[in-house]
Amino acid sequence: MRNAVQNILKKFGNDRGRLMDILKGVQSELGFVNEEAKKLIAEGLDMSYVDVEQTLSFYHFFTDSSRGKYTVYLNNSAVAEMMGRSDVAAAFEREAGCKFGSVTEDGLIGLYDTSCIGMNDQEPAAIINGKVFTNLTSYDVKDLVAAMRSGKVVSDLITKYGDGKNSDGLIKAMVANNIRKSGDVLLTSHKAGEGMVKALDMEPAEVVDIVKASYLRGRGGAGFPTGLKWDFCRKSNGEVNFVLCNCDEGEPGTFKERILLTEYPELVFEGMIIAGYAIEAQEGILYLREEYEYMLAYLEAVLKGMRENNLLGENILGKGFNYDIRIQLGAGAYVCGEESALIESCEGKRGEPRNRPPFPVQKGYMQQPSVVNNAETLASVVKILKNGADWYTMRGSRESTGTKLLSVSGDCKYPGVYEIEWGIRVRDILDMAGADDVQAVQVGGPSGECIGPKEFKRTICFEDLPTGGSIIIIGNKRNLIKDVVLNFIDFFIEESCGSCAPCRTLPPIMKNRLEKILNGHGVMQDVKDLEQWGAKMKMANRCGLGQTAANPILSTIRNFREKYEELIRKDVDFDSGFDLAAAVADSCEYVGRKPNL
Amino acid sequence: MSKPIVATTSLAGCFGCHMSLLDIDERILELIELVEFNKSPVDDIKVFTKQCDIGLIEGGCCNSENVHVLKEFRKNCKILVSLGECAIMGGLPALRNGIPVKECLQEAYLDGPTVIENSGKILPNDDELPMILDKVYPCHEIVKIDYYLPGCAPRADLIWNALIALVTGDELKLPYEVVKFD
Ligand SMILES: Cc1cc2nc3c(=O)[nH]c(=O)nc-3n(C[C@H](O)[C@H](O)[C@H](O)COP(=O)(O)O)c2cc1C
Ligand code: SF4
Ligand code: SF4
Repeated sequence: MRNAVQNILKKFGNDRGRLMDILKGVQSELGFVNEEAKKLIAEGLDMSYVDVEQTLSFYHFFTDSSRGKYTVYLNNSAVAEMMGRSDVAAAFEREAGCKFGSVTEDGLIGLYDTSCIGMNDQEPAAIINGKVFTNLTSYDVKDLVAAMRSGKVVSDLITKYGDGKNSDGLIKAMVANNIRKSGDVLLTSHKAGEGMVKALDMEPAEVVDIVKASYLRGRGGAGFPTGLKWDFCRKSNGEVNFVLCNCDEGEPGTFKERILLTEYPELVFEGMIIAGYAIEAQEGILYLREEYEYMLAYLEAVLKGMRENNLLGENILGKGFNYDIRIQLGAGAYVCGEESALIESCEGKRGEPRNRPPFPVQKGYMQQPSVVNNAETLASVVKILKNGADWYTMRGSRESTGTKLLSVSGDCKYPGVYEIEWGIRVRDILDMAGADDVQAVQVGGPSGECIGPKEFKRTICFEDLPTGGSIIIIGNKRNLIKDVVLNFIDFFIEESCGSCAPCRTLPPIMKNRLEKILNGHGVMQDVKDLEQWGAKMKMANRCGLGQTAANPILSTIRNFREKYEELIRKDVDFDSGFDLAAAVADSCEYVGRKPNL
Repeated sequence: MSKPIVATTSLAGCFGCHMSLLDIDERILELIELVEFNKSPVDDIKVFTKQCDIGLIEGGCCNSENVHVLKEFRKNCKILVSLGECAIMGGLPALRNGIPVKECLQEAYLDGPTVIENSGKILPNDDELPMILDKVYPCHEIVKIDYYLPGCAPRADLIWNALIALVTGDELKLPYEVVKFD
């Protein structure tokens, strides 16, 4: 083991900042990072054991004990459940002979839940030893487990490859693109270098001016004006500046970066180069969620090709600009999509959001001015440079220019990615997606807004319904509170980093209340409490995760109040829901007495 | 006008909250001028002999007896106050809440370091004994609680101010010194 760990440490120059990669490397080699390995890493990086431990224990995909020779991570997003996840999970447990959250006795197969893996358009889906399996059925599970038992290599279990680059020799994934609608900005042909050639002929400040003139706003969710962000970064006097491209794509129901990176990786990298030129950086980091590791080799090859064509590296295109890009793999943490948590993670630490200010544009990666942009934002920049700001602003709405990639999933005929112009009505999206029996639409993922038919005339744009792109369609057959809201709250409970007391403690309490309401013990006060606590969540947490974690509850109380009112008791104003018989059942059974109630 | 009647009890608590009540020192003389005590460890009245106005509850519920007493209090008191961390949140006893009750019993009676001799592997199961709950519940998860006085224990001045406010109907005085916890 010592040798294996030391080789990996050496590969990353014994650099603490690369702890994520080091842990990943050790885990790939040994299957886990146990105490001995942690000690060796701590020693090799000259840092304390607990510092290694705290990074390791933070991330869902890192482990200090074996999770089986074959490790199954089955997505548990709301849409996965809608598409039959529970049957698939039951089949896995039955066939493998162990429960989720554990490994079979012989150590062969481990079964684990995981948050949305960016495959909502082809659920139920799982990641097995890094490979993605989509549209799973209980029959597939039977075959998969049998194949594991016979010792097959996981990549051999994929019999059919998806369309487009999914069947590229370096990807070989069964993932389907499901591109349903292409616009003329992003999902359209692109010749590598077209945008950056124009940029590199200008002064960096001119590039920023063009991006400003395009009124491009961030596509990661918050919609901050991109040109302004770059300007702030330029004006912070650091020693070096950095570009970070956010491909964490953790919001349940988004999968557009999957498409961008599969089919248009050069576009994203080129956007990073232009951003780098504009803020005079020398290094860019693309933060890739581990769920998309299946594309890593392919993306590395694309980067290599770009280096060979002198689009990256020294003296790019003879313009005297030096810049390179590295890919930083995450390890399963939604909060790492938050820009300051992403930076922490890139530095090899726990993905805990920082206090702001200072903002990343002031003190970001390595405490230097850094621009964090969503991959779609950066891809858009390329076309803005190529075709001009005026061309871009002809598309979209007044305050939201250009096009947007929507990831549509749930109860509809055509789930997939749609490139639309901002300002489209929700109703029109539903028509395109072939959704006709719709109860509700979750716009912007769990942290967004759940709207009902009365509001389907509203439009997708920053002026009305902003979104990072997740559109989840919920049919009339679903139990909105049980199937959707509860699932979303579980997601936030799982993904909270735990720093802020309200974000750590309130969601579990709110979940209890929801369950109480669902069990027929709810009263009006419960709904009022939920509203009050939800309001506290907005003001008393450090980052967007905690600030929006109550949104599934708040927005359904606002827009579907009748669903709560149907469930609550009107005959009393207090019902604790406490059940003495249930509460004493376990202890009575164990000591061997009949409950005396 | 007759004096308001106060009842108190300690459920799954350490009696610290009651000690804190006694910490009002000589004001206790004033207090018995203002109120009458009914069921309470303070005067050792074991059962309710009349309807009360205010019930002070120390501790949460860890067994069926606690639940029973708490429900009695709800029935017999107009206003119930959760007194202290244990009543409000479960407190120290709730540290067991993450552990299945079977494991807790096993540790307490079979395997724990304080088990000197239990070769018969006897687990207490007499019908007379209270039944252990699956976890420790804060009082408001069992019955309706009207007010909460935080602290472990709440300061004597907080208890005093709260009682005075309840008895007189005046606004509760909450100066910083009375609710700071460090
Ligand atoms: C909990 C949380 C998760 C986030 N996840 C992502 C993400 O996966 N991808 C992303 O681009 N932005 C995400 N963001 C937003 C980022 O913090 C940041 O605003 C964004 O990357 C900036 O890029 P943009 O201006 O191009 O949108 C997240 C924010 C929060 C609070
Ligand atoms: S709000 Fe939640 S996720 Fe964000 S920093 Fe606080 S505890 Fe962490
Ligand atoms: S709150 Fe503190 S003082 Fe009161 S019963 Fe609990 S542990 Fe004892």
